[in-house]
Amino acid sequence: MRAKRKQRLIFVTIVLLGFSAATALGVYAIQKNKTYFHTPAEFAAGSVPQDQLIRVGGLVVEGSVNRFDDGVTTEFDLTDTAGTVTVRYKGLLPDLFREGQGIVAQGKLNNQGTIVAQEVLAKHDENYMPPEVAEALKASGASHPENIPKNNY
Amino acid sequence: MWAWFHKLSSPKYYYEWAGKWLPWLAGITVILMVVGLYWGLVVAPTDYQQGESYRIIYIHVPSAWMSMFVYVVMAVAGFVALVWKTKISEIVVSECAVIGAMFTALALITGMLWGKPTWGTYWTWDARLTSELILLFLYFGVIALYSSIEDKRVAAKAASMLAVVGVVNIPIIHFSVTWWNSLHQPNMDIISENPSMDPSMLWPLLVMATAFKIYFVWLLFIRIRNEIISRERTTNWVRKLIAES
Repeated sequence: MRAKRKQRLIFVTIVLLGFSAATALGVYAIQKNKTYFHTPAEFAAGSVPQDQLIRVGGLVVEGSVNRFDDGVTTEFDLTDTAGTVTVRYKGLLPDLFREGQGIVAQGKLNNQGTIVAQEVLAKHDENYMPPEVAEALKASGASHPENIPKNNY
Repeated sequence: MWAWFHKLSSPKYYYEWAGKWLPWLAGITVILMVVGLYWGLVVAPTDYQQGESYRIIYIHVPSAWMSMFVYVVMAVAGFVALVWKTKISEIVVSECAVIGAMFTALALITGMLWGKPTWGTYWTWDARLTSELILLFLYFGVIALYSSIEDKRVAAKAASMLAVVGVVNIPIIHFSVTWWNSLHQPNMDIISENPSMDPSMLWPLLVMATAFKIYFVWLLFIRIRNEIISRERTTNWVRKLIAES
């Protein structure tokens, strides 16, 4: 009985280890070539394919938002400080869309290097604070609260 | 210590021991939920960017944490069930699956309701959302396996195996926002001196998280006791118990 229990213990452990190893390899492989969005730096490097549906994520450049006369089309630049890419979008922007905000746009890269977006989503960061705190932070000049996120744009 | 664990793995002893805890667990859950909800929904300040809609965090984040915590409990119980074959651990697996699925569904639904106004969409196939959805399917798989086999000892063995191997999804969910670019925001930093959430908002969240944890234990104890009665209905002690009531 004792020996049998030990056998089961070893068996279950091996199965679990095998699964973990297989998953780790899978995750590693996906990480290498699958990403939810591309960064503007990758556009600058030219590693993003044209005429394919892709996503780009970055911060909206201050002063770059340009609303067209038709009232529904907007053009803006996204940056990750290492590169900048222009996005054109026809449709309603999310409430959180503003200059300096993290945005993920889905669309196709045209031959002028502009992304013609079909969907624009606002990316929120993990910082939560009352308005007074945000203002105090801003006033102290330490950092603009919207720029705090330390993730990989 | 080991002797006590051994004693606890006897269904009859467990039934009586868990029964004594039920009123305490119920009381603590209700108090913490009332305090946490009032603190979070009424007292806590609005967010500088999202306004009031961020308050769904007080349900969303505790449910999401519990969806993973319950899975780990289920996987450990599954491991014990496969190796030591105690009845209680088998029951813990099947009951955790139901409770865990509930927390996962709650996390997904509240996340979608928040995603629409904040992101601009209910759903997107980013790594965090997709891995959490896989977690829900894993729970469904465990429930389905357990209920589709007539002999509950055999059913528990199959369900435990799925529960154990599925645990690899837990680190994937946790690190999904670090490993991949995702739309979902990164994990909050709540332990350092400079937490990413203001203390006036963080405290009610921690109260809610504790409330959810105790609620889980309470729910689990009730469900385990029911399952014990159902499984052991032919034994003398259960017959006596029913005759007495």
